[in-house]
Amino acid sequence: MQWEIVIGLEVHAQLSTQSKIFSGSSTAYGAAPNTQANVIDLALPGVLPVLNKGAVERAIKLGLSVGAKINSPSIFARKNYFYPDLPKGYQISQYELPVVQGGNIQIQVDGTEKNVRLTRAHLEEDAGKSLHEDFHGMSGIDLNRAGTPLLEIVSEPDMRSSAEAVTYAKTLHALVRWIGICDGNMQEGSFRCDANVSVRPRGTEKLGTRCEIKNLNSFRFLEKAIDYEARRQIEILEDGGSIRQETRLYDANKDETRTMRTKEDANDYRYFPDPDLLPLEIPQSWIDQIKQTLPELPQARRDRYVSAFALSAYDASVLTSSREMADYFDATLKQLPAQAKLCANWIMGEISGQLNKEGIEMTACPITPAQLAALLTRISDGTISGKAAKTVFESMWNGELDKNVDAIIAAKGLKQISDDSAIEKLVDQVLAANAQQVADYRNGKEKAFNSLIGQIMKATQGKANPAQVNAILKKKLDG
Amino acid sequence: MTLSVSDVKRIADLAYIEIDEDQAKETLNQLSGIFNLIETMQAVDTSTVEPMSHAQSVAQRLRDDEVTETDQRELYQSIAPQVEAGLYLVPQVIE
Repeated sequence: MQWEIVIGLEVHAQLSTQSKIFSGSSTAYGAAPNTQANVIDLALPGVLPVLNKGAVERAIKLGLSVGAKINSPSIFARKNYFYPDLPKGYQISQYELPVVQGGNIQIQVDGTEKNVRLTRAHLEEDAGKSLHEDFHGMSGIDLNRAGTPLLEIVSEPDMRSSAEAVTYAKTLHALVRWIGICDGNMQEGSFRCDANVSVRPRGTEKLGTRCEIKNLNSFRFLEKAIDYEARRQIEILEDGGSIRQETRLYDANKDETRTMRTKEDANDYRYFPDPDLLPLEIPQSWIDQIKQTLPELPQARRDRYVSAFALSAYDASVLTSSREMADYFDATLKQLPAQAKLCANWIMGEISGQLNKEGIEMTACPITPAQLAALLTRISDGTISGKAAKTVFESMWNGELDKNVDAIIAAKGLKQISDDSAIEKLVDQVLAANAQQVADYRNGKEKAFNSLIGQIMKATQGKANPAQVNAILKKKLDG
Repeated sequence: MTLSVSDVKRIADLAYIEIDEDQAKETLNQLSGIFNLIETMQAVDTSTVEPMSHAQSVAQRLRDDEVTETDQRELYQSIAPQVEAGLYLVPQVIE
């Protein structure tokens, strides 16, 4: 039987606020245990949560970016469960009327566009951290993370392969960073994925029983966990068994998923509106004001690159994979408006390659867009060849001669010979010295032509303009 | 819903409350009054009324995103039964 995999993702994005969602404690990462947990985070009796405007603002930004409905009023609810790193005995979350309802995210898989629908995105607080190392048979609790604002972004079960799920997660990851609501740091847990996976016979509509795989904190693990889980479910079904709905954990070392707990229903959490928090009203004027602060979104910029600069869909999507890269491209192109493809090639090639190699961010790139444009100008006006440009690029990267392109070209003697009469003289010399190859060529041996080109380039240490050499040689031999 | 004197006695027994026959009858009257009130309220047609999520019709006040708290771990941990290395210690929990 042919099986179809059905995947929906829940992403927890930690919002980039300074303070917690319901208290004035800092959210800075890596502080000493419990130094950023105040009376509200500790759930001491008689305290009241007060909602952080910055967290709501970020949720609205996401909503606007994905074309969702912003609910007003929006309601906070208590999700009840018992665990020591949740001292209140409930997590403040949203159940009915989340801030963000619906919306869409476009992804590109193997060159085709696909739409993934969003169900909702709601605000909630993170829990603390339990440390199970040996404290004389006790567990240690650090509540610094308790109350950190999260936006849980829930997709519809619209993905059909691990590749699609990873592309969706990467697109969403790029978006939250692009609009500046989350730093996207996966090692620090700022962007965590849960995957809901089920399988069904291809061609059928009814969804199979799903399992949820928790806390996948890298795109590679997301892909491997989904692949493993789908195989596991298919094997069970093909052996005549049935899938039990449950929550599973992915073990990266063994590359397998295993049962964490049998799945609880929403009923088990006894959700109810939190009487400590009043309904959140979001006036249209506030939404309009936030709309003004939104940058041009990745999708819009990708479309613009294709339509205005005739870049391929692939180039456009690589350039818009981060806002920093897209901004770098725009700034370079501003200096060199007619050379979009040349700019794109160098940014995706030399610049990205060198940044990756040295593990540095676009924002810390030692070559500014203006400096890159100066270099590319010398390629497009014929001063240097593409090959020589790579040498100049290396010198600039290493900070030689104040990264001055013309000074480096002069110092290294890389200027291309583009003077027709000079090239003609060279060609004549080479032809005179290689009478045999000239004869071979005239007798129909095409290969002799390339050999002559090679001789000429060698005589000029590669500095002659190859296009001109080609044209002049052809004229002399054929004419 | 109709309640009987024996129901009241059973509830009193479960709640470890000692009542005599007269008190049971009096309590039955009071409880029946409350049930009648609930029945009256349940008879009201609310199909066109939007549910409230809060008893007061005022909106949530928002705080600016600023860190206003300082580290007071020592004070907070002074009332904790057990702490170590800055952590609150609790009976071990492993899933």
